[in-house]
Amino acid sequence: MREYFFWLTAWLPHNLQVTMWVLTKIVAILAPLMLCVAYFTFAERKLIGYMQIRVGPNRVGPRGWLQPIADALKLMMKEIIIPSRANRFLFLTAPLLSLGPALAAWAVIPFSDGLVLADIDAGLLYILALTSMGVYGVLVAGWASNSKYAFLGAMRCAAQIVAYEIAMGFALVGVLMVAGSLNLRDIVLGQSGSMLHWYWLPLLPLLVVYFIAGVAETNRAPFDVAEGESEIVAGFHVEYSGMAFAVFFLAEYANMILIAALTVLMFFGGWLPPLEVAPFTWLPPLMWFGVKTSLVAFLFLWFRATFPRYRYDQIMRLGWKVLIPITLLWIVVLGMVKFYTPIGVWFA
Amino acid sequence: MTFLQFAFYFFASVLVFAAAMVVTIRNPVKSALFLVLAFFSAACVWITLQAEFLAIVLVLVYVGAVMVLFLFVVMMLDINIAELRAGFTRYLPVGGVVAVLLVVEIVFVLARTFSPQQFANPPSHAADYSNTRELGELLYTTYVYPFEIAAFILLVAIIAAIALTMRARAPRKRIDPVRQVQTRREDRLRIVKMKSASRTAHRDQQDDAS
Repeated sequence: MREYFFWLTAWLPHNLQVTMWVLTKIVAILAPLMLCVAYFTFAERKLIGYMQIRVGPNRVGPRGWLQPIADALKLMMKEIIIPSRANRFLFLTAPLLSLGPALAAWAVIPFSDGLVLADIDAGLLYILALTSMGVYGVLVAGWASNSKYAFLGAMRCAAQIVAYEIAMGFALVGVLMVAGSLNLRDIVLGQSGSMLHWYWLPLLPLLVVYFIAGVAETNRAPFDVAEGESEIVAGFHVEYSGMAFAVFFLAEYANMILIAALTVLMFFGGWLPPLEVAPFTWLPPLMWFGVKTSLVAFLFLWFRATFPRYRYDQIMRLGWKVLIPITLLWIVVLGMVKFYTPIGVWFA
Repeated sequence: MTFLQFAFYFFASVLVFAAAMVVTIRNPVKSALFLVLAFFSAACVWITLQAEFLAIVLVLVYVGAVMVLFLFVVMMLDINIAELRAGFTRYLPVGGVVAVLLVVEIVFVLARTFSPQQFANPPSHAADYSNTRELGELLYTTYVYPFEIAAFILLVAIIAAIALTMRARAPRKRIDPVRQVQTRREDRLRIVKMKSASRTAHRDQQDDAS
């Protein structure tokens, strides 16, 4: 593929060739991602519909399959309304601040062995840094909208994300201790063997903490107090319309798929099949990654249809007083087991 | 000019611009946002120096956590800029003297020790060189005691901050989350069995209504 591309563009200067190759790869990641986001929204509406004994969207196209495209068209046609006395520049920058990190994080995600845009050594840290930057979109949107509801949503979101980020970071420290590497590819390869070699088993408490923190970081139900329809209308994006709103929407869904992909990479063996024997190895690694990511992403929708929204003080309590102590304790246990007991081999 | 030099000058100029805006812009929220931009550009400059661990941690800690909390507070404050600027001319001489002194000190220190001859370019490493591992090994072997002492001081600061703000205010209506979570249905809800009205009586009522 690479050779072919370089042969085709041989008449260009080398630097330009490399730039174009990287751009091609970025498009090859982002275009399917956007498609996934579109159909993830469709899946969400359909699945929640079925869970609530409704049919969900079924009018546009056969069985409603063109619904996301119709939605996208509608949002693009709509006017972007800027509230009076809002800060115009920040109001329009906020959606980009939220989408940028959500997309940039995909640069280090390995889809299968070697299929990654940037195989950097500090991949895990990079992901953590970028997911922590996503909160600026929400904060700036809430402030720039010049609206009380938006501002309340932003304040709630900021406090919540800072709390859950710590738990998330500590959960990742556990993964890093077991894998002995920050590189996502090495983390996946460290899990090779079978389902029992995947890190979900030795790191079960961290997996649970990580996923809860992931749901809280993406502001999804039951932690979606930043939007909280019942109390603050739509929270931080209450003043947004048209494409500006759609960008927030894209960022939220891209983030959800990102968290699902990361959970798979760090706890469920990435692109590795559950058993290294015949029927499982027929499916190509990329497909395994897709199947596992879809299953984890399904949990987000299931949660939304199942759990009522948390009360805000209970969110804070869960974050600071339950999840962080669990991770701290498990890191100590992990360290002891890895270096001082015979079953340490299993952890390494 | 190589790409690396271009990147350095670009991020460095963004950094200087953002830092200047932090102190000159009138709106405190915008000032805090410019500080975020300054941190981010500094991280990018560090990346060009192959210090990827420090750069990412700068983004993670300062941009991702410290500045979020900072903005959180600044956004809620109603700061009157005119009031803050009132004594500007009165404090100008004192401030000016301090500023000049600082500049002289910085120049004095830097001019003697800081020159391109003394600080060569960092050697370029292979792609699989792990900056994080090197730093970790140094921190936990050679500098383990200073590192632990620093961590301990930070812990003391955390405890002190909590202890200062957690003083008991007199009428406190605090809820006990443990009791809340353990509440069962029987504590709150009483199911009363009642006889429903007879069918004929119900029909009579309907007739009356119509």
